[in-house]
Amino acid sequence: MFWEVELIIYIFIVLSALLALKVHDLLVAVVMMTVYSFSIALLFVAMGAIDVGYTEAVIGAGITGILFILVIYKTTRHTKD
Amino acid sequence: MRDRIDSPIVLLGCRLLSPYIMLFGFYVVIHGHYSPGGGFQGGALLGASFLLMRVAGGDEIGRLQLKEHLAKPLAILGVAIYFGTGLLSILLGGNFLDYSFLPIPGMDTEWLRYTGILIIEVGIGLAVMATFIMIYDNMARGEEEDD
Repeated sequence: MFWEVELIIYIFIVLSALLALKVHDLLVAVVMMTVYSFSIALLFVAMGAIDVGYTEAVIGAGITGILFILVIYKTTRHTKD
Repeated sequence: MRDRIDSPIVLLGCRLLSPYIMLFGFYVVIHGHYSPGGGFQGGALLGASFLLMRVAGGDEIGRLQLKEHLAKPLAILGVAIYFGTGLLSILLGGNFLDYSFLPIPGMDTEWLRYTGILIIEVGIGLAVMATFIMIYDNMARGEEEDD
């Protein structure tokens, strides 16, 4: 692959990881985690590991996002005690 | 739990998207033995198409696609396909998962291996899909309503 493409993917990975850590809204953090997973999947594909990238895209960007959103809707920010 | 707002646009978009994800999941499962992908990835795609409708439509609409009590038998069926194929080849004189001993008439050894891997992939796909649906349903039901 071209190294320019991989450089852009690396920048996306770092930016989305920092945003997912720093942002206060949890839904935005979940979306940033999804962006991070998908960028990592693109990086795996660019390195030639197509099967690993496939699994990362399906599990990291699909199922994990859905489960995190479910957990956010099932919990509250403030405790009831 | 936060209040849900019923949005017909989100529901319509997920209704449009879900069958195509499911079709792509079937494609990945069936072509898994000679191209990237396979049983696990295809099963995860199939599970994601069900989970999308469950997230978008809530409990009542999501249960219309696949009932909650059907997930556990489907997972058991997938594991049974996997181990049944493996144990059948042991019973017929080979090793575990030695596909060339499978009793399918009219096939030489190469086609038997090709078909055996396909049967295994279908079993794995069913088990993974049903397990993801089970995980989602158990998380959505919560702890307090457990039996």
